[in-house]
Amino acid sequence: MATSVAHDHDHEHGHHYPSGLLRWVMTTNHKDIGTLYLLFSLFMFFAGGAMAMLIRAELFQPGLQLVRPEFFNSLSTLHGLIMIFGAIMPAFVGFANWLVPMQIGAPDMAFARMNNWSFWLLPPAAILLFSSFFVPGGAAASGWTLYPPLVIQQGAGVDMTILAIHMMGASSIMGSINIITTILNMRAPGMTLMKMPLFVWTWLITAYLLIAVMPVLAGAVTMLLTDRHFGTHFFNAAGGGDPTMFLHIFWFFGHPEVYVMILPAFGIISQIIPAFARKPLFGYASMVYATASIAILSFIVWGHHMFTVGMPATGQLFFMYATMLIAVPTGVKIFNWIATMWKGSMTFETPMLFAIGFLVEFTLGGFSGLVLAVVPVDITLHNTYYVVAHFHYVLFGGAVMAIMGGVYFWLPKWTGRMYNEKLGQWHFWLTALGFNLTFFVQHFLGLAGMPRRIPDYALQFAEFNAISSIGAFILGLSQLLFLYNVVTTIRSGKKAADKQWEGADSLEWTMLPSPPPYHSFETPPIIK
Amino acid sequence: MMLNKLSKLFLAALLSLLAAHSSATYDVNIPQPETVIAHQIYGLHLYVLWVCAVIFVIVFGWMFLALLKHRKSVGHKAEQFHENTVVEVIWTIIPFFILVALAYPATKTVLAMKDAGNADMTIKVTAYQWKWEYDYQQDGIRFFSALSTPREDIEGAGKPKGNYLLEVDNPMVVPAGKKVRLLITSSDVIHGWYMPQLGVNQYGIPGFIKDAWIQVDHPGTYKGQCSQICGKEHGYMPITVEAMDEANYNSWVGAQKQKLAAATEDPGKSWSLDELKVKGGQVFAANCQACHQANGMGLPGTFPALNGSKVVLGPQAEQIQIVLKGKNVMPAWGLQLKDSEIAAVITYTRNAWDNKTGESIQPSEIKAARS
Repeated sequence: MATSVAHDHDHEHGHHYPSGLLRWVMTTNHKDIGTLYLLFSLFMFFAGGAMAMLIRAELFQPGLQLVRPEFFNSLSTLHGLIMIFGAIMPAFVGFANWLVPMQIGAPDMAFARMNNWSFWLLPPAAILLFSSFFVPGGAAASGWTLYPPLVIQQGAGVDMTILAIHMMGASSIMGSINIITTILNMRAPGMTLMKMPLFVWTWLITAYLLIAVMPVLAGAVTMLLTDRHFGTHFFNAAGGGDPTMFLHIFWFFGHPEVYVMILPAFGIISQIIPAFARKPLFGYASMVYATASIAILSFIVWGHHMFTVGMPATGQLFFMYATMLIAVPTGVKIFNWIATMWKGSMTFETPMLFAIGFLVEFTLGGFSGLVLAVVPVDITLHNTYYVVAHFHYVLFGGAVMAIMGGVYFWLPKWTGRMYNEKLGQWHFWLTALGFNLTFFVQHFLGLAGMPRRIPDYALQFAEFNAISSIGAFILGLSQLLFLYNVVTTIRSGKKAADKQWEGADSLEWTMLPSPPPYHSFETPPIIK
Repeated sequence: MMLNKLSKLFLAALLSLLAAHSSATYDVNIPQPETVIAHQIYGLHLYVLWVCAVIFVIVFGWMFLALLKHRKSVGHKAEQFHENTVVEVIWTIIPFFILVALAYPATKTVLAMKDAGNADMTIKVTAYQWKWEYDYQQDGIRFFSALSTPREDIEGAGKPKGNYLLEVDNPMVVPAGKKVRLLITSSDVIHGWYMPQLGVNQYGIPGFIKDAWIQVDHPGTYKGQCSQICGKEHGYMPITVEAMDEANYNSWVGAQKQKLAAATEDPGKSWSLDELKVKGGQVFAANCQACHQANGMGLPGTFPALNGSKVVLGPQAEQIQIVLKGKNVMPAWGLQLKDSEIAAVITYTRNAWDNKTGESIQPSEIKAARS
């Protein structure tokens, strides 16, 4: 081991790569690019979070106090787009860049230069999104779903959003090609598919989902663009088109997209729980099959986002049954995680706290998803705050909690330095408190009939909205602890052990030092 | 400044929470259902919720037991088992049967809610940015229904009270106990006709007509809102349905017909400039102000300014055509407003703010321009 590290070190001196800022612009190293992705995602998380704070401040009391309705609509639209395409997806790609090569025993990603390009498409896309606030007409204000004809009416901000989506989509497709090629071709000898850590498996499946659906989204927004500027009528009934067609195409992308944002989270959780239970993952094979089933089902359930367009009863029934079926493989995963904890020897460091938080919150989001799958109940809850609560339980309680757990879990490996455990625990508990305060009461608001995406509301919704806003401010502020903890860890954290977590068993923990050398596994390890 | 405003708001809301004023109802469930379908929805929701609650308790009871007993701090040693085919098959199959038990009653309700046939009457509901139009096809009654909460209450000068944001000028009226078929569509963007107590939430989609039905149990007033984001006034297009017993409903129909007859105006009547400006100001406030703004300055990039506008200060015929037929986002007001209203509002725009043309446009000119 020691000789191989020394060898890496010599090797680095042989290369002359730029230092300073140019190092990051030109880098083709999977670790550098992973870091760039994660930092970008962190920045976007705070930008999208600031928008959420402004939304909750406006909704704190009935009446219009802080923003105009049209700006409110832009805020909720951009909050959605930024969190999905700017925060959650790049965070997972950052994890993939750092971990996939190390976990399969490869030296780097398959296409190193394309990897650089995949990342550097993102900042210009983000600049387009932010600057769209300042063009005449403001940023897109149609909700992140961009339904026509509303989105056809709006100003140049929509065109900038469409361009940004194209760039982020291209980035995702290239990233996915890279991940698939790396996993299928660059595994170390003996690392068979069914020996891969579950994080690698979930990303392999996610990458296929992305390649399947990102072009569909690109097609949908391109049709919007030509409807807006080049006289086509894809979504205009007066010209023989149909607005509902956009909904179908969008959600054919949109539902698999939801799983793009949760499958890698499943992977992260499947690494964390066994490590802290000090016990192998229960039902490894069924975890892989369940992930694949969820991915396949995700292509035939898009209609549940549009039960209220007036589709025929047979259509509603098909989408209801298909949607309910997803509960089966998802249930299998939850049971497997708990069975992994069962009869283990658990400790509760910050990553484990986030993993358990993920289990509880994600399952609650799964239950409200089951409620929404029941067509007649969905009719009364569609486009209400119940839906807002549901998808924040799966996206914040699910995806974001998994990302945070993953950051605490791997930060010692990535930086070679240990984060502040006490601060991490505070961060978890404040996040859990703020999150549930914000979103649990939104179930009640939705049941009572409060529509989403409104800047102002009737008086019977006032109490729960005030509670929700207070929760949101706690949630928002407590993320500063996370930022502080990550920054101080990188700058001055205590030295972390090579195998910081007793129960961790993937290659980055068992075969590499903390931090790992710039080029790890130049000679492939032999997996027995 | 924003911070200052925020902290004031925060304090105010904390105080109002502590005072727990009388309007607090703390509803935590779907509001009282009032149609057959809404009753079924209400029951289905509770049924699914209880099933989920039981599963939650069992599954997380199991997890918390593990969290308590199988921890390192109590000295538990980890066992190393990692699969058990029998257990895994069982927990794949049991959820499947639970799902069948949920899907069966849901399927029956889906089929019932889709059956809009054999209705006693039909109302066509058309959504506009940002109001509703109800067209009683058998009775020939047709009217618009828009928010009636005063603008001052919303903008902060007044105080939100009563049915804030849920009150309308003309409610939709239906006979209680009769099956009413709704034909729902839109004239501009997608809207959602959402009435939680009546079990209906249906998009109005421009160019397509979708149906739904209601049969309201009891006379009463029911509230709902537009459910699909439809532009900047999306939060300001409430729905009110008033169900009446048969006798009251019939007299309401009679009164509406009389009102329609009385509203027929003499097309040849000549209006004075002042009459037109006063009426035009009202029409502007009700229909145009949301986009073009009270000061006529519009919103740059989205809604053009009328103050100093080339169209408003240019040839009359061109402005009349744009108002009648619409342009881009601007709706075709010829479908919604009467000749006198269009004449008045055009006259108003040509004489309001810095626009001082002194011109007046007569309803007869609009009538001529329509043909």
